[in-house]
Amino acid sequence: MSMYFTKEHEWVKIDGTQATVGISEHAAHELGDITFVELPQMGKVVKQFETLAGIESVKAASDIYSPVSGKVSQVNDKLEDAPELVNESAEDAGWICKLEAADLAELGALMDVAAYAEYLKGLE
Amino acid sequence: MGYCPNTPEEIREMLDVIGAGSVEDLFSPIPADLRAKSFELPAGMSEFELMRIMRAKAASGGTEIIPFIGGGIYDHIIPAAVDHLAGRAEFYTAYTPYQPECSQGTLQALYEYQSAICRLTGLEASNASLYDGGTAVAEAALMALRVTGRHAIVLDASVNPLHREIVCGYLASLAAGVAEVAPEGCAPDLERLMASITDQTAAVIVQNPNFFGSVSDFSALAAKAHEKGALLIVSCYPIALGIVKSPGEMGADIAVGEGQSLGNTLSFGGPYFGFIAARKRFIRNLPGRIVGETVDKEGRRGYVLTLQAREQHIKRHKATSNICSNQSLCALRGLIFAASLGKQGFEDLATLNFDKAQYAKGLLSGIKGVSVLNAGATFNEFTLALPKPAAQVVTRLLDAGVAAGVPLGAYYAGLDNALVVTVTEKRTKAEIDALAALLEEALWN
Repeated sequence: MSMYFTKEHEWVKIDGTQATVGISEHAAHELGDITFVELPQMGKVVKQFETLAGIESVKAASDIYSPVSGKVSQVNDKLEDAPELVNESAEDAGWICKLEAADLAELGALMDVAAYAEYLKGLE
Repeated sequence: MGYCPNTPEEIREMLDVIGAGSVEDLFSPIPADLRAKSFELPAGMSEFELMRIMRAKAASGGTEIIPFIGGGIYDHIIPAAVDHLAGRAEFYTAYTPYQPECSQGTLQALYEYQSAICRLTGLEASNASLYDGGTAVAEAALMALRVTGRHAIVLDASVNPLHREIVCGYLASLAAGVAEVAPEGCAPDLERLMASITDQTAAVIVQNPNFFGSVSDFSALAAKAHEKGALLIVSCYPIALGIVKSPGEMGADIAVGEGQSLGNTLSFGGPYFGFIAARKRFIRNLPGRIVGETVDKEGRRGYVLTLQAREQHIKRHKATSNICSNQSLCALRGLIFAASLGKQGFEDLATLNFDKAQYAKGLLSGIKGVSVLNAGATFNEFTLALPKPAAQVVTRLLDAGVAAGVPLGAYYAGLDNALVVTVTEKRTKAEIDALAALLEEALWN
């Protein structure tokens, strides 16, 4: 399964046309203890880089932008009671939602794992 | 923090630092025609002169008028404890006292206020108050749009007309539509309300008792709204909740209302406070401040503002509300009122209102040509059909020292002869009898 990142530190994993979305380990670390994840509504239609969800930590309240266009098909409702999952496992169990991706060509505007690692180095 | 204004010397010093000639110069970038010419304020007065004027105004008779006016604002008893406790300097002079390290008293009072509002409305989460009843209805509508992600509101036209105007004003600049549903006689048209809910409806807004005084059970409406994925918002009259089924019991998702009747004086229109409470799962979408209970590092109970990420100082334009003021002092009066009465006291007070209004209803509808328009139950307010325009009758009775009610003609087409009369626990039998005698005289002599 291939994984891509945005400059705003969201990740997306693609399986067929299903796109699983979360925030990167780097972002989770920067936010500190996460206290709340505002999950998107099921069926919400979103364009690439538009606001998809929200996240609050002890340090900040931030928007989560959608890495791809699509329609929300599943949300990780475990985060309702256990938002700390994002800190513990940002790029796996702490996923936020799944989208039915509208256009896989959009992935071209994202970074792959190696490019994102380079990008993070540039931020230091 | 000092409350003294700057002295002329300090002003000169500051102007010198920034290189301005006078305070007036600071306003020079604003074109002269956009500047206020005058605030038309009279010259200052001494305390003695001011007291003489205010005493003369107070003695001029305005406060002697016996009110049978309701329409959202009500003349209820205020126990002496309300003025005494709310007047304490710790509460009375404090401004935005929310720092937990120095404001535990205020925070605890607001937490208890929230608990009282939850008990009254039968819902789980209340904020620390809103500006007034009308804006509370509008805030509830906005909240429903956020919660559901939908864009339409179904609004019962027997909700207070002033509140409806505020809702429509708030929603006018959003891509949200408001569909008003006319009542059936004096009561909400439940069937048409249900039929008006679509898959784009965020919420149905009703009021209990409504502007005509009719009491309804909205349980079936709540169930229908939920079936269609919409919320039910009930604007309620807190005093009535002593005997009327609460919004929570009916299945409402959000309850709002005007808090004035809880321990706040009429005061020519304000300040009052609004309240809002909701199901716990919607707490992140509540507007305004919320006080939570916690423990300090030694495990002692304490209170803090909580869930502040909803608010404008963090979320800016994405905040749940940009209404910045809550009405803490008015809300505090509401709390002291509620605590003074207690559960039994609330029930007794509501029963007294109901009984007195029933007496008045019977007496007034016995007058030739007068009938009660409400088909079903009412609380302390009811609508009369008169054989003459109600506004004329009200003006005539005002000269006799009685404010007979709210004429409906200004708000509803074709109801020029309808008058909404309110009878609170404060109205005596003698006053009600006097109203009946004066009304009969105004109609037939």
